[in-house]
Amino acid sequence: MTALTELGVAALRDGVAAGTFSAVEVAEAFNANVAAAQDALNAFIVATPEAALAAARQVDADRAAGKPLGKMAGVPIGMKDLFATKGVQTTAASHILEGFRPEYESTVSQKLWDAGAGMLGKLNLDQFAMGSSNETSYFGNVISPWRRNDGSNAPLAPGGSSGGSSAAIAARLCPAATGTDTGGSIRQPAAFTGIAGIKPTYGRCSRWGIVAFASSLDQAGPMARSVRDCAIMLEAMAGFDPKDATSLDLPVPEWEAGLAAGLDAGLAGKRVGIPREYRMDGMDPEVAKSWDDGIAWLKDAGAEIVDISLPHTKYALPTYYIIAPAEASSNLARYDGVRYGLRDLPDGANLQDMYAATRAAGFGAEVKRRIMIGTYVLSAGYYDAYYTQAQKVRTLIARDFAAAWRHCDVILAPTTPTAAFGLGEKSDDPLAMYLNDVFSVPASLAGLPAMSVPAGLTAQGLPLGLQVIGQPFDELGVLTTGLAIEQRAGFTASPAKWW
Amino acid sequence: MSVDTATVAKIAALARIKVTEHELAAMVPELNGILAWVEQLGEVDVTGVEPMTAVIPNHLRLRADVVTDGGIREAVLANAPAAEHGFFGVPKVIE
Repeated sequence: MTALTELGVAALRDGVAAGTFSAVEVAEAFNANVAAAQDALNAFIVATPEAALAAARQVDADRAAGKPLGKMAGVPIGMKDLFATKGVQTTAASHILEGFRPEYESTVSQKLWDAGAGMLGKLNLDQFAMGSSNETSYFGNVISPWRRNDGSNAPLAPGGSSGGSSAAIAARLCPAATGTDTGGSIRQPAAFTGIAGIKPTYGRCSRWGIVAFASSLDQAGPMARSVRDCAIMLEAMAGFDPKDATSLDLPVPEWEAGLAAGLDAGLAGKRVGIPREYRMDGMDPEVAKSWDDGIAWLKDAGAEIVDISLPHTKYALPTYYIIAPAEASSNLARYDGVRYGLRDLPDGANLQDMYAATRAAGFGAEVKRRIMIGTYVLSAGYYDAYYTQAQKVRTLIARDFAAAWRHCDVILAPTTPTAAFGLGEKSDDPLAMYLNDVFSVPASLAGLPAMSVPAGLTAQGLPLGLQVIGQPFDELGVLTTGLAIEQRAGFTASPAKWW
Repeated sequence: MSVDTATVAKIAALARIKVTEHELAAMVPELNGILAWVEQLGEVDVTGVEPMTAVIPNHLRLRADVVTDGGIREAVLANAPAAEHGFFGVPKVIE
């Protein structure tokens, strides 16, 4: 029999419902994997094996009593430590929130518990979700379970900011996990670790109870090993929430059923846009080849391939690195040592000194850097030159996509410019790190649904992902296209266990 | 536009982050590198373009003007570094 920890969301849910195994057996198997990998991978900040068991016992009891089971019943998951979880430390991987135990539960995590999922623990991430390698966490780096096949055993980045989520799923510590995506923080780590992940349309998942980074961009989404598993979990996470002013007041589509219904139809009649500006000078030849593979797969699935133009692509990253820090500098003003989190009160300090000392001691270097940039671009005399200009360019970037939708239904592009890099390779150069998000940021700026699906391995044995970007509200189109890639890529590789 | 040490010190003060002289010296070239890179946005023609206010067309909702919360003082104060007599405690602010 296959180990329970090799199963995905659908197989676990269906197995529990059928009585093939119990939810408690599932929780115990994943709890054991979480504990065994912690020292080597550092994917979790806090493990909550009792919470996973308690949820599993409830599911088993409900099943025994003949009660209806939820969409995620019996599936234990990892929760990115950016979601407030009642009574369980929530840190955003920052010292400034160390020890913070929320008195409330985030909407998305509550929806998952209501659907029968259980919590294995709180997953590590880049501090305040600011980073692309999980090297900015106060609680240490997450180590990718993947290694290059050159025998060097160099520790690799699991991507970021949802690096604990990606590493834990790839290493079979959980079948699925929550992620959040501000500029690529679901898609880039998914691509680096050979798993799938979708950022839905902005507003699909409530932001209530998620530690805020850049509110006009932040969006939660699922990460798992298959497209179908992502569809199931997204259904459980999404939905209108009056507590989030930008929540979409729309019914949640039945994405899992929609995916199954579209299986036979393939992509006949669907037009897939290939943005010419994404084919950049000096593109990694293996990434270019994987993109060409993806085009061939979608043709095989019956899609029509269309050349499209997104002329403002090159301005997306600089736009993002004005808007996101500007919003962050405002959102992170709340960490002041008064209401929650760290307080640093030097002898004889007044209130202003306390604020400054607390924030100096509590925030990491990258968080400070972004708060400083944000403060500068919003300051008197520079606001129009930087912030207003960036918001105007953002309008042009969104218009590029709107124009493209007249010619295509979805867009296919690489997720990342390279496969996973080694820890420390980019951490000394903020700009080099920022450039990792070059393919993921444009869809974020336009609020579009986008997902990464594993496409293959490089010569060094590392995963590459392909990105599908869709029209607003068309997660189903994205998932269906992702499934067509998944079926043809035949990606079954998993990291050889060394931990 | 580039920033000098005095400007970075002013930004840090506005951001309420205490920085040492050493940190300040390291931040100046870092911030200048990032600012020089984002300044390429200046070359984009934005004539007649409105700044983005919402990525997905959505109207702001109004709710009924009723009390929906309250009576949870203990929960509000539960994570405070210093809570006294039902209030947040801070250093003396009035001399």
